[in-house]
Amino acid sequence: MSALSVNRLHKSFGGLRVASDINLAVEPGERRLIIGPNGAGKTTLFNLIMGELTPDSGSIHLFDRDITGVPSRRRAHLGMTRTYQIITLFPRDSIQRNVTLALLGLSSLRWNPLKALHRQNHLIEDAHAALARVGLDHIASRPLSETSYGERRRVEIAMALAQNPRVLLLDEPFAGLSIDERRDVHDLLLAIPRDVTIVMIEHNMDVALDFADRITVLHYGKVIVEGSRAEVVADPRTREIYLGD
Amino acid sequence: MTSRCVALGLALAALAAIPYEVPGSYYINVASQILLYAVFALGLSVLVGYAGLVSLGHAGLFGVSCYAIAYLLAAGYGHAFAITAGLTITLVATGLFAALSLRSTGIGFIMITLALGEILWGLAYRWISITNGDNGISVASRPSPFGLTLVSATGFYYATLLIFLLAVVAVLTFVRSPLGAALAGTRDQARRMNALGYHVWMIRFWACLFSGLLTAIAGMLFVYYNQFISPQTLALTSSAEVLLMVISGGASTLLGPIVGAALVVIIKNVVSGYIERWNFMLGAIFVAIVILMPEGLVPGSVRLWRMGSRALGKRQKSPVAAASAGGKR
Repeated sequence: MSALSVNRLHKSFGGLRVASDINLAVEPGERRLIIGPNGAGKTTLFNLIMGELTPDSGSIHLFDRDITGVPSRRRAHLGMTRTYQIITLFPRDSIQRNVTLALLGLSSLRWNPLKALHRQNHLIEDAHAALARVGLDHIASRPLSETSYGERRRVEIAMALAQNPRVLLLDEPFAGLSIDERRDVHDLLLAIPRDVTIVMIEHNMDVALDFADRITVLHYGKVIVEGSRAEVVADPRTREIYLGD
Repeated sequence: MTSRCVALGLALAALAAIPYEVPGSYYINVASQILLYAVFALGLSVLVGYAGLVSLGHAGLFGVSCYAIAYLLAAGYGHAFAITAGLTITLVATGLFAALSLRSTGIGFIMITLALGEILWGLAYRWISITNGDNGISVASRPSPFGLTLVSATGFYYATLLIFLLAVVAVLTFVRSPLGAALAGTRDQARRMNALGYHVWMIRFWACLFSGLLTAIAGMLFVYYNQFISPQTLALTSSAEVLLMVISGGASTLLGPIVGAALVVIIKNVVSGYIERWNFMLGAIFVAIVILMPEGLVPGSVRLWRMGSRALGKRQKSPVAAASAGGKR
C-alpha cells in the first residue's frame, strides 16, 4: 500500500503541458524529494495532488482510497496537508490565532456561531503545543505582521503539523531563509515522526538532499529520473538538467 | 476591563435617557432612525467588514422585508404573522441572492448584488397588483407587544433600542465565534482556508443569511417607523447610503457602522434643516473621512488618539505619562 500514489496524471493549460503522464508512489513514512528547475511543474503537481487544480486525466490515491474527485477541502480532513512556497498566512492575526485556525479547520466547532473562540481552551492548548514543536511558543501572542520571514516559515509548518497529517506536502520550505534559519527548519523537519509521510518540493538540490529517502526529478511536467539519492545524483540526465552538460 | 464596563454602562444610560434629554418628539424620532439604520448597517458590515464582500443590493432585501410586512398587514393578517412571514420571506430572498452572487467575489459580487437590487426596485415599481406601484403601501397601525403601546415616539424608541441592543449582542457573539473567525479567514486567505478544510462557499453563505436577517429586522423597524413603504426605499441610492454608513464608520469594527449610521441620519435630518445643500455637506464629510481616516471614523480616531498620546508622552518624557499610555493599550 502506498501512502500517496499518482497514476498517469495529465494537466494542460491550453497548449502548455504542465503535467504529462506523471506516476508517483510514495510509501508510508517515506521522505520524498521532488526537484526540478523553475517551471518544471512542481507546484502544479502539488496543486493537483491537493485538489486545488483538477487534472485532465489520471487518478490520485491516498492510502488506496481514490481521492481524484474529492474536493480539496475534504482532503485536509482525510489527512493531507500542505504548505505554500509563497507564505500564505493570516496577516491581521497573532501567531497563535493562525495556528488555531488550522486546528479549527478540522474541528466540527468551525460551524459554531455562538461560542467564543478565545475560550476554547483545548484548541488554544493544542495551538501552543504545535508552536512549541517549531520553537515559537514564547512569541505566540505576537501579531504576525511583526514577525520575521523565518518565523513565518515556521508558523506555516506549525499550522501543517497542528493538523496532524498523514501525508504532508512541503512546497520549498527553505525558500528565502538564511543559513541559520535553514538549519533550524531542517532540524525541525527531521524531528517529525515517521508516521507522517512527507513529500517535499525543492528547487535547490543540495539543501534537502540528505533529508530524502527517494528523489523524483521533474522537468517540463515529466518525471525524468526517480530513485534513491545515489542513483539520482549519479544519473547523467540529472546532471544534464541541472548543469546543462 | 473595568473602564470598559463603566463606558458601556454610561453609553447604555445615555441611550435609555435620550427621550428625556432631547427637546421634543422630533429628536426622539431621529434617535429611533439612527438605531434602526444602525441595525441595517451592522447587518451589511457582517459582509463588508468580516467577509470582505461588498453588497450594493442590500436596500433591495431591506425593501423585501418592508413590502412583505406591509402587504400582509394590508391584506388583514396580524402583526405577529406579518413579522414572522416577512422575516422568513426576506431570508429566503437573501438565500437566493447569495446563491447567485456568491459565484463571484470582489467586483463581480458588487455587480451581481447591484443588478439583483435593481431588479427588486423595478419589481416594486412595476408589480402594481402587489406593491401598489409608485403610491406605495400604508401601514395602519404599529403592534403593541405585551400590551405596550408603540404609538408614541418614546414607546417606539424603546422598542427600537431593545432590538438594536439585541442586534449588537448578536453581531458581537458572531464575530467572536469560530464561524466568525472562519469568515474573517475567508476574507484574508480564501485559498488557504479551503486547504485547511473549511467550506469557504458555505461559510460565506451563512454570513449572507445572518446579514440578511439583520437587514430584514431593520426593514421591519423601518416600515413600522414610517408606517409607509414606497419603491424609493429600494433604490440604489439607499444601498449606497447604508454602504457609506458602514465604510465611513469603519467596516470591521462593531462601533463603526453605528457611528456611521448616526452621522448620516443626523446630517440628513438635522443639518438639512439649516443647510439646503445638505448632500454637498455629506459629500464633503465623506471626502474628508476618506482622506484623513481611510479605515473609517472609529479605527481612525483610535489611531489618532494613540498617536496623540504617544506624542504627548514623548514630549513630557515623564515616567507617569508613559505608564498610563501603556496601560491604555
